Amino acid sequence: MKKKRAAFLLFAVTSILLAGCDNPLLIFDPKGPQAETISSTILFSIAMMAGILLVVYVLYTVVLLKYRASKQDESYEPPHEEGNKWLELIWTAIPVVIVIILSVVTVTSTSSVEQKSTVYADQKPLVIYASSSNWKWHFSYPEEGIETVNYVNFPANRPIEFRLYSYGPITSFWIPQLAGQKYAMSDMVTKINMSANVPGSFMGKNSNFSGEGFAKMEFEAQALTDADYKEWVRDVKATAPALTESEFDSLLKAEHVGRKTYSSNHLSFRPAPEGKNSGHHHGSMDDEGDMDMDMDMDMDMEGQHDGH
Amino acid sequence: MKWDEFFVTGEPMIYAAMVSIVVVSLAIPIALTYFKKWNWLWTNWLTTVDHKKIGVMYILAALLMLFRGGVDALLMRAQTAVPDNGLLDGQHYNEIFTTHGVIMILFMAMPFIIGLMNVVIPLQIGARDVAFPRLNAVSFWLFFAGAMLFNISFVIGGSPDAGWSAYFPLASIEFSPTVGNNYYAIALQIAGIGTLLTGINFLVTILKMRAPGMTLMKMPMFTWSVLITNVIIVFAFPVLTVALALMTLDRQFGTQFFAMQSGGMDMLWANLFWVWGHPEVYIVVLPAFGIYSEIIATFARKNLYGYKSMVVSMVAISLLSFVVWAHHFYTMGHGVMVNSVFSITTMAIAVPTGVKIFNWLFTLRKGKISFTTPMLYSLAFIPIFTIGGVTGVMLAMASADYQYHNTMFLVAHFHYVLIPGTVFAVIAGFHFWFPKVFGFRLNEKLGKLAFWFIIVSFNVTFFPLFILGLNGMTRRMYTYSASTGYGALNMLSMVGAVGLAIGFIILVYNIYWSVRYSPRDTNGDPWDGRSLEWSTHSPVPEYNFAVIPQVNRLDAYWFAKKEGKPLADTVYEPIHMPNNSGLPVIMGALFFFWGFFMVFSWWIPAILSFAVIIALMAYRSFEKDHGHYISVEEIERTENAYRGEQHEN
Repeated sequence: MKKKRAAFLLFAVTSILLAGCDNPLLIFDPKGPQAETISSTILFSIAMMAGILLVVYVLYTVVLLKYRASKQDESYEPPHEEGNKWLELIWTAIPVVIVIILSVVTVTSTSSVEQKSTVYADQKPLVIYASSSNWKWHFSYPEEGIETVNYVNFPANRPIEFRLYSYGPITSFWIPQLAGQKYAMSDMVTKINMSANVPGSFMGKNSNFSGEGFAKMEFEAQALTDADYKEWVRDVKATAPALTESEFDSLLKAEHVGRKTYSSNHLSFRPAPEGKNSGHHHGSMDDEGDMDMDMDMDMDMEGQHDGH
Repeated sequence: MKWDEFFVTGEPMIYAAMVSIVVVSLAIPIALTYFKKWNWLWTNWLTTVDHKKIGVMYILAALLMLFRGGVDALLMRAQTAVPDNGLLDGQHYNEIFTTHGVIMILFMAMPFIIGLMNVVIPLQIGARDVAFPRLNAVSFWLFFAGAMLFNISFVIGGSPDAGWSAYFPLASIEFSPTVGNNYYAIALQIAGIGTLLTGINFLVTILKMRAPGMTLMKMPMFTWSVLITNVIIVFAFPVLTVALALMTLDRQFGTQFFAMQSGGMDMLWANLFWVWGHPEVYIVVLPAFGIYSEIIATFARKNLYGYKSMVVSMVAISLLSFVVWAHHFYTMGHGVMVNSVFSITTMAIAVPTGVKIFNWLFTLRKGKISFTTPMLYSLAFIPIFTIGGVTGVMLAMASADYQYHNTMFLVAHFHYVLIPGTVFAVIAGFHFWFPKVFGFRLNEKLGKLAFWFIIVSFNVTFFPLFILGLNGMTRRMYTYSASTGYGALNMLSMVGAVGLAIGFIILVYNIYWSVRYSPRDTNGDPWDGRSLEWSTHSPVPEYNFAVIPQVNRLDAYWFAKKEGKPLADTVYEPIHMPNNSGLPVIMGALFFFWGFFMVFSWWIPAILSFAVIIALMAYRSFEKDHGHYISVEEIERTENAYRGEQHEN
């Protein structure tokens, strides 16, 4: 019967998830505090929902088995029932309580994943700008003054703050094992906090449909030990070429490119759309210039305000 | 416009589609001429203002679109069944999932629901037609023009390719330079105006044309659900109209509402789209709840449990549907506060929905349940929709949504809501009310066979997608590499999709079989029904009720049967009916051509066809058409014929 099959499937799936077998689903294999919070939030909600399903399925099965016409007397006439105030109150009140519980969990978990993890409260986050163009990702390191394309390295056990924007359609920056996703848009900068508990290589991708090459828009996110990371940065600064404006323009135009590494970044000549450079100046008419002049302005790093 | 871009070329499937379009469009007029059916078609169907016939045309069109959207779905499943598949290229796949979404929601689910509304509502409230019969015909022809315009994009000019939500800047002229998204904006605009007119029409019909004695709280639950749905339509569709108009201005007239530069805002489109889009989900789901309420009560042989709380919960759902839209983009970067508010409002919808589930279960309790085909769909709805519901609550939690967003988990969720919530409902309603319209039932054996195929295959198709989503597979990917490990479950899903296709083929075959062989009903009440539509003959006469019934309680017809007291006496009076009109179908055709010219920016023909539309509207406002009367003799003749037929049988 379909209901039994569905119940069995759900049971099977939940037990696979909870048992944490050799090859757990990506979402339940977190490697950072933000992803861990979400993973446990999801498991909690699955447990609660399984309880609700159980109640509905038991009632459903009992009713269908007991009150089928074939099991009843020819002469049986079902009674006229208007409803029952108390029963109806019960199945309103219990869901209300469930929603309240889930609301508390949602608000606390959402505010926790939107911040730097308390585990690394004493550390200053490493800021990396991640921007998308066509079907690739650019990673700019303002502190180190370097830039990569389609891969990003960062130290493990340190909070990372990605600042996201897009040179084109809306994309969504997602490293499932480290944190949930966030949109990158052309006219403002969004932020996402994450950190890796262990060194390792993680799959990152754009999850928001952005046109023809979307399916192949993946990158590698690699968490390195502190020493390895410092060495990598030194290496890049010593050996990689500088990123010129014309090189960056041709990168923007390309559909797909492989991995690239540069010893300077595009923030100096093409600042992120934040602060004075954001797409929207709500009510603030302090700039004497128009949009074109804004674009030409030099890098303006003190602007933490993202335009909204 | 370069002429070599006018026709889509280079794909065998496209050429096949072109050939079949040409063959069909030649075959129809040839057949009509050969069988001398032009006049029949014109007077009986194209110019009709009869709500029953308009309903039938809506449903026929919806079935046609179900086939089109279903082929899209099969192609998508076939493409993703194995990793690195080359059946479709990226662009083609993008066009197919876009048209699948648009067609299934706007040109299949909506018209199917509106078709059932048209057939049933006037009968259920004891009326002879809708409030504005001619406007009703205009609604249908605008929907049909929009649907046809959208469908020809496949072979002429190219289909839209930015997803059914058409997010900017992806859908802007810069990133989507073909005419595809012009089709999207114009075709949806035309069909959307038709829907808005339907909303006004049925709102007035239900509020003003109920049989004497049928107060609001004595209305059947389907009528209640349709009333609330039309309130949502009237509030939600103007938002779509404005959003699409801005889209057209941006794409074809150089404005920058949603642009990346000059202060345009892509987020504005997402907000406008979902301010309409979320209520739209309830527009297709609430009437389904009404259909299930009718069918479950009928085949449990018991009145609906908790009628008042059913009504209250639908009103609550309709209000909440307008304050949850931002849950479609929690990941857009608004703060914890905004996301929390929208999380809570979204989860709150689970409360009234849960009330309805329990009320249905308690309607079944102590009932005498018979498992007819419409009842099977209604019963299957409960456990499957509940999975859709609880996963909806999971998605409503903003933090968790950061991991579900844009994944197959979401795709699985909304198919678990929309297919049991809407598709099963319209199929159930189709089987349930079919004998009312045609005078015979669909075959039960074939109906049940199709049911089991559809129900099992549905779960095989969509349950694997939950797991794929939790494993990080994003939606709208035309392919993936073998190393992701997504292959096996996608293949399983493909197997299910084939099963679904077989189920729908059996369903359509059942219509053919039953037209030929099904025994004709001897009275108008084959299911032992409860509401007024079963109190008149089947097929329903033009005037619906020879005498308007008197209602004094809910399920008045059920109690009239039990107590042996008729709802109306048999003193006939002349019946006033509206006249047929050719104007609506001509307006539909003009809107189609106007839309086509607009899509290709051919301004002069566009302006000319629009001028004719305006002229026709002006003509209509000066036209004196007072309808006609059906005489007492003719009513007697018709009624006696029905009775005679029953005696013969």
